[in-house]
Amino acid sequence: MAQDPRIQHLLRRAGFGTTGADAARYSQRGFAATIEELVDFASIPDAVDAAFTASEPSSSPSTAINDARQRWLYRMVNSRRPLQEKMVLFWHNHFATAYSKIAGRVGALGATQMMAATRQEHPAGMRGQLELFREYALPNFRDLLFEIAKDPAMLVWLDGRANTKARPQENFAREIMELFTIGIGQFAEADVYAGARVFTGWNLQRVGEANEPTTYYQFFYNPGQHDTDAKEFSFAIHGNGSRTIPARAASAGMQDGLDLIAALARHPETARRLARRLWSFFISEIQPPDAAFVGQIANVYLQSDCHMAPTVRAVLLSRGFAAQSSYFARYSWPVEYVARALKEVGSAGFPLSSALSPLANMGQQLFEPPDVGGWSLGTSWFSTAAMLARMNFASSLIGRQRADIARAASGNGPTPEALLSFYLDRLTPAPLEPGAYEALLAYLRGGGDWAGSDAQLRIKAPGLLHLIVGSSEYQLV
Amino acid sequence: MKFSRRDFVRGGVAAFSVGFAAPRFLCDVALAQGAGSRNLVVVYLSGGNDSLSMLIPYLDPFYATRRPTLAVPAGQTLQIGSDRAGNALGLHPRLTGLRSIFNEGGLALIQRSGYENSSRSHFEGTDIWSTANPETTQGPGWLGRYLDSFPPPLDPLSGWNTAGETPRSLQARMTAVPSILNPSAYAFQSPNGAAEVGAERACATRMSSHLPVHRPHLSFVNASAQAAFATLDRVATVGAYAPTVVYPNNGFALALRGVAGALASRIGTRVFWVQTGGYDTHAAQNTLNGTYATLMSTLNDGLTAFYQDLRNQGLLSDTLVVQFSEFGRRVQENGSAGTDHGAASVMMAFGGPVRGGVYGTAPSLSPDPSNQTLENGGSDVRYETDFRSVYARVLDNWLGADSVGILGGDFRAGSPEFL
Repeated sequence: MAQDPRIQHLLRRAGFGTTGADAARYSQRGFAATIEELVDFASIPDAVDAAFTASEPSSSPSTAINDARQRWLYRMVNSRRPLQEKMVLFWHNHFATAYSKIAGRVGALGATQMMAATRQEHPAGMRGQLELFREYALPNFRDLLFEIAKDPAMLVWLDGRANTKARPQENFAREIMELFTIGIGQFAEADVYAGARVFTGWNLQRVGEANEPTTYYQFFYNPGQHDTDAKEFSFAIHGNGSRTIPARAASAGMQDGLDLIAALARHPETARRLARRLWSFFISEIQPPDAAFVGQIANVYLQSDCHMAPTVRAVLLSRGFAAQSSYFARYSWPVEYVARALKEVGSAGFPLSSALSPLANMGQQLFEPPDVGGWSLGTSWFSTAAMLARMNFASSLIGRQRADIARAASGNGPTPEALLSFYLDRLTPAPLEPGAYEALLAYLRGGGDWAGSDAQLRIKAPGLLHLIVGSSEYQLV
Repeated sequence: MKFSRRDFVRGGVAAFSVGFAAPRFLCDVALAQGAGSRNLVVVYLSGGNDSLSMLIPYLDPFYATRRPTLAVPAGQTLQIGSDRAGNALGLHPRLTGLRSIFNEGGLALIQRSGYENSSRSHFEGTDIWSTANPETTQGPGWLGRYLDSFPPPLDPLSGWNTAGETPRSLQARMTAVPSILNPSAYAFQSPNGAAEVGAERACATRMSSHLPVHRPHLSFVNASAQAAFATLDRVATVGAYAPTVVYPNNGFALALRGVAGALASRIGTRVFWVQTGGYDTHAAQNTLNGTYATLMSTLNDGLTAFYQDLRNQGLLSDTLVVQFSEFGRRVQENGSAGTDHGAASVMMAFGGPVRGGVYGTAPSLSPDPSNQTLENGGSDVRYETDFRSVYARVLDNWLGADSVGILGGDFRAGSPEFL
């Protein structure tokens, strides 16, 4: 069955690939209507967590981090709101927070809760950082910044919990400028020091006794630890161009942070930087965005008062997105690769727990970015060890489904060419180089004439599938 | 960052075609280019090392007053004498093995290494140390440029990275440096079991052998696959390595164990990369018994095992180990019992013909803004030795390369004479 390449491109980028049935349904809707459905997902029922619990009844994603990793992977594969899950991944990398440091401070239970608990699972109805990203996947970026500044995981990760007026803590202040908003070169060291003072008193408190399962941590603003003096910046803080956050009473001191966050969110460099990051996440890592794209997307973002839904919609509707040269112009992240393979190959008999070590070997352990800058993207994913880990994941995924794969191939392989096109239709890698295509045919013909017998298919169908899913062409999305 | 990965990839891929033109000769090339000759192991402490806690000027009156909870009591430092300015120095109490190497005259400590206008950003700072260019951090890394200086075709095992992703320092135009976290897991598998590995590997090798110029991104991935296939069998010989000492069971030490295995099997690698993280100690640094002490134990125990293993095998004289971090940390501790991003820090070197000792001078920790050994209003350690002069000495005096060409300038002046 030939599929609409534009829809497939859209679903690889705004989702994690597609099954044949989904592709047919979206193709019927059309490209623009599919984008609307992806962006405006609120009306689509979200039953994916319940489905995960039903399939893994002994799993405990709010208390055990590996279970949380499995649930997230399950969502990527099964969510009916693929763009929401894709944006969650985008924000996880943007506000990169690592579980291990948090677990070292508050223990494994508290750290898992901070990273991944849903409101239903949390003893006080709070949400973990991942749920924050789901909630703010496409709403307002300024609100997301405000929420992340109060997020318990972030307060541990970048040490805001100990930011006091006597000795301000610079970690969060530096990264909110350098990594989360305006970017390096747009601020001075003095801005970092002033920013640290802005967030003095944005601390964390424990509720309940240490090491009790019902204990949790929550944000609290501690006016006694807030620096009430004025803070000067090198960029505009207020709409009138003023660069000063005025001295305020401690009781009103949280407004300092709101002022700074609002200024950073509407800073034109934040708009441009987000536009560039959205370009490489959704469109291309091969071609740079042109100035017109950056200007247009930055404009949509600023005109919509920092709302992400219209911004991301404009990215997906842009000429750059639809251009054929953008197809397969991104290097898949390990989780994109794994989720897509699980969708396209199928995962019957393959427990998601078996994907976690391979993902780590590919260089992407969820909830464990290497540092606050997130993962190194693009070509950096493709060290030799990581490439072998991708090939070997394909081997393990397919090795556990050999019987099913041979059965499905039965009757579809009268000739080597027919078997190959059967898989290329289902798997949709980037167009194979002629040499690669010939090599696959030679592999099928190896060891004797091709009969397409079940005995042959038992070896060659899984082998062929492995070679395609492990190919360089399949690593591109 | 001004560096564009895309430009780099574009430049890099055309060159890959050259680098992989003649894989069948590579074993001969390896023998001709490197086997049994000098090599370099670079150790990166990721996150910005608080070197004032690693090499401690314990008699400086401001050391204890500016670090009320972090200072190591003088009596607990491993005292190693004074630098040429008379500053008394002690190593962190966990660095017992490194102190022994120092006492044997084999450990060089290069104080206040850094550069003008030190970046306080992890990412820019790492790029600057990686490219050896504080002005514009574009293009391949300094070790990559060293590998690029070899006549092609380059042996794909010339570099050996033990980290998951290729560090900027090792990014080269002519080769994709393999990353080998664990030599015994560096293998190709088949869903049909061992009997089919050969046929599938032959096909996968053929599939990735072409590097189409008009599809640079596909070429990049193919080049990585080719580098993997070209190194699999030789790395497998390292997987069976039996060291002469017991290495600690952590990632850092096991990476060093793999390096020792590669050296012992004379595989021909010239540059190894090993890193260990956790140095971004903004809070709860607990120098004496907590977080930082654990970092020092990991560093000491791994490097000491490596040193002894190499010495036992007669490989130490061929191996130079050089350690760095992207910046040092603030003199004054912060309110979270940690330290924020600072400027200059300490480099270490041992192995090969290293002349052990203390190079350079410790900073005075006086907060007086006129203190010339600090910067940023008496907050951060000001550099004294340009880190590029250390690189230059390693390139010229150890690797026999041309530092001026590789570093893009003459940084030999003022280089500490540890080699």
